[in-house]
Amino acid sequence: MTHSSASSNKTQLRCPLQEHLLQRRNSRENLDRFIPNRSAIDFDYAHYMLTEGKKGKENPSANSSPSREAYRKQLAETFNMNRTRILAFKNKPPTPVEAIPNDFSSAAHQVKAAKPRRHIPQTSERTLDAPDIMDDYYLNLLDWGSSNVLSIALGSTVYLWDASDGNTSELVTVDEESGPVTSVKWAPDGKHIAVGLNNSEVQLWDSTANRLLRTLRGGHASRVGALDWNNHVLTTGGMDGQIVNNDVRVRAHIVETYRGHQQEVCGLKWSASGQQLASGGNDNLLHIWDRSVASSNTPTQWLHRLEDHTAAVKALAWCPFQGNLLASGGGGGDRCIKFWNTHTGACLNSVDTGSQVCALLWNKNERELLSSHGFTQNQLTLWKYPSMVKIAELTGHTSRVLFMAQSPDGCTVASAAGDETLRFWNVFGTPEVAKPAPKAAAEPFAHLNRIR
Amino acid sequence: MASKSATKDIITLRGSAAIVSEFFGYAANSILYNRGVYPEESFARVKKYGLPMLLTQDEGVKSFISNLTSQLSEWLEEGKLQRMVLVIMGKQTGEVFERWNFSIETDGEVVEKGISREKSDKEIMREIQAIMRQIASSITYLPCLEEPCVFDVLAYTDKDCAVPFTWIESDPKLIDNPQMVKLHSFDTKIHKVDTLVSYKNDEWDEP
Repeated sequence: MTHSSASSNKTQLRCPLQEHLLQRRNSRENLDRFIPNRSAIDFDYAHYMLTEGKKGKENPSANSSPSREAYRKQLAETFNMNRTRILAFKNKPPTPVEAIPNDFSSAAHQVKAAKPRRHIPQTSERTLDAPDIMDDYYLNLLDWGSSNVLSIALGSTVYLWDASDGNTSELVTVDEESGPVTSVKWAPDGKHIAVGLNNSEVQLWDSTANRLLRTLRGGHASRVGALDWNNHVLTTGGMDGQIVNNDVRVRAHIVETYRGHQQEVCGLKWSASGQQLASGGNDNLLHIWDRSVASSNTPTQWLHRLEDHTAAVKALAWCPFQGNLLASGGGGGDRCIKFWNTHTGACLNSVDTGSQVCALLWNKNERELLSSHGFTQNQLTLWKYPSMVKIAELTGHTSRVLFMAQSPDGCTVASAAGDETLRFWNVFGTPEVAKPAPKAAAEPFAHLNRIR
Repeated sequence: MASKSATKDIITLRGSAAIVSEFFGYAANSILYNRGVYPEESFARVKKYGLPMLLTQDEGVKSFISNLTSQLSEWLEEGKLQRMVLVIMGKQTGEVFERWNFSIETDGEVVEKGISREKSDKEIMREIQAIMRQIASSITYLPCLEEPCVFDVLAYTDKDCAVPFTWIESDPKLIDNPQMVKLHSFDTKIHKVDTLVSYKNDEWDEP
């Protein structure tokens, strides 16, 4: 090999090597330390001594790759080190105390590494009047449908509030004997709505045509305070402790009955898969029912009967990112949020919130849980999951926050409280594409306008 | 610390060692202050080298630096100190961000024969002042230290130097492909100190 070809060969090869080194470079690791393989150390030494000794004044890069060249250089440096001793104190200087400047810089660093911190407004985005709302813990009077229409039952009347244009309309006012309305629930299509009544009946309405489609009777002996849909099945929970699955398509609508609660059923939630139903009652019980073991002939046995809460279980929320994770909140005597593995029935965590838990909602975009509370703060609390660190406390309601509903985009939360107000909170961030609907529909008197 | 023979323009090995080690003390303080390794409020202002200098009031850091300078002074008198390096590392990661390199050339003849040299105190002070100014202005080009940092000091000594009880051998804590800026040097005619700061490249803008 001639000298010129060797040097051109060298320059050609140098670039890829550097790239290679650069690719391997990572700010975390410090690759400049030469750490030879212990088992190979003698061989390296011998090789270096042999090749260096033999070559003499020969061009050192001839017949050797650039990586070997770099390696040899490092090796030489290491040997050179032997003429020097590098010493440091055994006792290291004190590490700087976490003073304010350092805190600032470290916080800035963390923020840069993670995603920018979301601003959570501490006040409600808008407030609507909700007069005559029943201050009853066991009812479920608020729901936000997939077509972005909010339904709220005030006394004997169900109102619809279209979040995209801010229009309010009355769906139905039931007569004195049937009312008041004890529960409302949108069907998944956002078009049909189920209305539970004090007289044990359940009405199905077509919200677009404002038409009563059918009335479900015979399922319960007393008021129906809890509703949830599982496709075409409407599950109703009554004060009689019964849970009934109603197939709304068929004439004999009662397809299954779940018996397990001794007192009023106030919480009902189907899991996202539609396989499991969680039910909570005033008997402090939380049941998990499995769809696959249900049968119409005999009352179905629960999958899990969870007796850990020491007060009524109303707040239920299935985790959107973990199929078998359920959060449940207990009433005034319990004040705990508990997390359950619904496959095994194991309680994963329990957090005493210090206040009655009225409702729970998961953030669809982040691992966060929102809880609404009663005495003393009447606040909404945003928790980081699973650490259960409080991220935010939203106050404004002056009475217990009985009901919460989440906008279809998952970002805005509506809360209705015993103080007869309905408040909207931009607590789960802003949607990536557009602003949440209520914001788009800002009205001149949006701050406080009556719903009727 | 300063036991320098300020008589006329004669400088002894002992005096030179004192000047150099004292310089290290002030330089270390200045670096720690200017690079924000310790909080600003833990430093107090003094006048030195015709400049306002800052000295740490943190007892731990203070004693670390005074132990350091007294040991360095000893090695300087023996002519065994080749280099002193102040390393700034990430507190959590231990990643080395900056190396402040002070290399020392010792006049071997002075050490062996115990003779003295001639250089005025004033002149040496002026040279040191220039370095101190450069250290203070280094913040303009050094990348920001974005995480809490700690420092350590490495002393490069001759191989035959006995390791004092309070010291241990260390790895050089090098920076991979660093950026380097050479600062001024000063010379007592016995010890010549070259200052160089090498730091981690902020971005890789090579081809």
